Amino acid sequence: MNNFSTTCAASALACSFTAITPAIAADFEVTGFVEPELQVFASHGNVPGQKRFNSSVALEVTAEAFWDNGDQFVVFTPFARLDQNDGNRTHADIRELKYAYVTGDWEFRVGVDKVFWGVTEVAHLIDIINQTDQVESIDGEEKLGQPMVSVSTVQDFGVFDFYLLPYFRERTFPSMSGRPASDIPIDETQTMYGSDDKRQHLDFATRYSNTFEDWDVGVSYFQGTGRDPVLTPGFDAGGNLVLIPLYAQIRQTSIDVQATKDAWLYKFEGFWRRELGEEYIQATGGIEYTFYQIFDTAYDLGIVAEYIWDDRGANAANAFANDTVAGLRWTANDEASTAVLLASVIDMDTQATSISLEAERRFGNDYFVALEARFFENIERTDPLFSFADDDFIQLRVARYF
Amino acid sequence: MTRFSIPDANPIVRLTVNLREENQPMRMNALNLHNLVLAWIIAAMLVILPVGISTAIAEELAGLGTLPGADDPVARGLAIAEETERRDVGFNNTSANMQMILTNAYGETSERELRNMVLEITEENLGDWSLIVFDKPRDVDGTALLSHARILDPDDQWMYLPAVKRVKRISSVNKSGPFMGSEFAFEDFSSQEVGKYSYNWLRDEECGERMCHVSERTPLYEHSGYTRQVAWTDTTDYQPRKIEYYDRKDQLLKTLTMTDYQLYEDKHWRAHDLFMENHQTGKNTRLVWSDFVFQAGLTESDFTTNALKRAR
Repeated sequence: MNNFSTTCAASALACSFTAITPAIAADFEVTGFVEPELQVFASHGNVPGQKRFNSSVALEVTAEAFWDNGDQFVVFTPFARLDQNDGNRTHADIRELKYAYVTGDWEFRVGVDKVFWGVTEVAHLIDIINQTDQVESIDGEEKLGQPMVSVSTVQDFGVFDFYLLPYFRERTFPSMSGRPASDIPIDETQTMYGSDDKRQHLDFATRYSNTFEDWDVGVSYFQGTGRDPVLTPGFDAGGNLVLIPLYAQIRQTSIDVQATKDAWLYKFEGFWRRELGEEYIQATGGIEYTFYQIFDTAYDLGIVAEYIWDDRGANAANAFANDTVAGLRWTANDEASTAVLLASVIDMDTQATSISLEAERRFGNDYFVALEARFFENIERTDPLFSFADDDFIQLRVARYF
Repeated sequence: MTRFSIPDANPIVRLTVNLREENQPMRMNALNLHNLVLAWIIAAMLVILPVGISTAIAEELAGLGTLPGADDPVARGLAIAEETERRDVGFNNTSANMQMILTNAYGETSERELRNMVLEITEENLGDWSLIVFDKPRDVDGTALLSHARILDPDDQWMYLPAVKRVKRISSVNKSGPFMGSEFAFEDFSSQEVGKYSYNWLRDEECGERMCHVSERTPLYEHSGYTRQVAWTDTTDYQPRKIEYYDRKDQLLKTLTMTDYQLYEDKHWRAHDLFMENHQTGKNTRLVWSDFVFQAGLTESDFTTNALKRAR
């Protein structure tokens, strides 16, 4: 943790904050990173305005103050990106701005926070509290901050979480010049809601989770505005074809299970959802196995195999309806934390394939470099991923941490 | 002996006083005889009990004297390990900071900073609970590792990844891989329960200014990275001073030297400087402990997956 003088030198904000709260012996820390990014696309886009090269830079800062033996804390994490070509990708978000109070087995939080649910590696089906920040990455792992009031308690019979979610965040979408992006523009000015309360609809979620020896089990329920928009074709004011996002009211019950047996991980997660008068199930599961210290080196090699299923069959809303995932994860366990992840997702109906390669390592103590490549092969015109078919790209990110 | 003197309020003393006063005017009858015998028994107990207690304590303190002889090296090795463990019983919970300095074969260094919290678990067949929070390098700031240790089975371990706010149950069979790219494996600095090894005493010899018991210990945990270890344990405080690690091919892999021992709460020794040298790669890691706090007020609720998410 930073000592005070370093913090003071690093940030005038840190000094002023500490100065106005002298009565509270708070641990105060400011950390973050600035991360330039370069993207190179294999082909010219089929939409005017799309470029083969793109550059952007992201900045994330986290200011934390802990006091009362760490039983009370405030965390503030603003994030911003400036993008050369995509106006929508130039955006800012409050990832976190929360106050937390811990007393015994209870924890109370209020503010903007991030919550992750789930066990699988590729499709994150049951992770529903936060909206996806789609312009950041198409892997669905980047999330927008969600305003909430939450209570969590750890009891002998498990962990209970309760969430009240008073404000809805719309998914971010790339603009027409952004890549990878939908070929038909998404018209966010016509966004529709299933509820008259629109963004102000009060959503509710609860979760029970527990560990039984090798088994980690969770059961969750969500009621409110669905995070996945239903994209319906329509026309904008100029009569051009657009996709209009509809955020329906949903009720969803989900389970997630992981069994950890030596070097084997067995995973399953799935939900049963009621949306627009329809009921459907999505599930994913699989295995992860790691060969440790292969060939008497320090290297570990992990294999991931998962299957993703949607009981509606192939549909416009979900690219993963009958898909298999095969992945390899190589970790060098060296001082640079070098790691490479190769993953492929294959549609069993159409053989449409997406391949991703992520390689990362640290340089020195403060630089972290991530190289990412994504390829989309054999994608038919009817596939929901078709818009990405000409968007193969390689991306380099160099983060400087402070 | 003074600490065993019995205060006046003690019921046994009061009883003897009463007996003496009441017995004076009484004749020798059955009741009287009975009282007299009782008085003698109690008086004898008053003398014998403290002697017995102090003898027991003396035996415990002079642990050396109770070690099996050199003719039974297996029992002697086990007794040394048991004595080491017994000396640290009752630490309850601790927190401390850990700095790791990694040096590669070219002399280039990199640093890691972590915080470590430990909760003592006294149940048999269970190891201690620990929570390790990473501060540096900055890209892993906030990453945390929760371990509920077992003796011979794999531990229960969860990893918290702060960027995605995800708690992942992870496979813990790999305790022998490099920890954070260092020359330490997780099994090298996680809790050293007696039941994790079988023992064989080799010899006693000088180790620096002290005398040491030298024992070979063989990991019983099937996924251990070592065929055996040779440990030097000093004969006065029963703390490990040096450990040699032999890899799966029984080649000397690493040597750990533990120095800068400090005593906490008049009982618990902690080495503050742990230097691990890899003989096969020429790399080394110095692990420096600081800011040890005993009785840090930690409870089981500080070692849950919820606590993992807010560990700072």
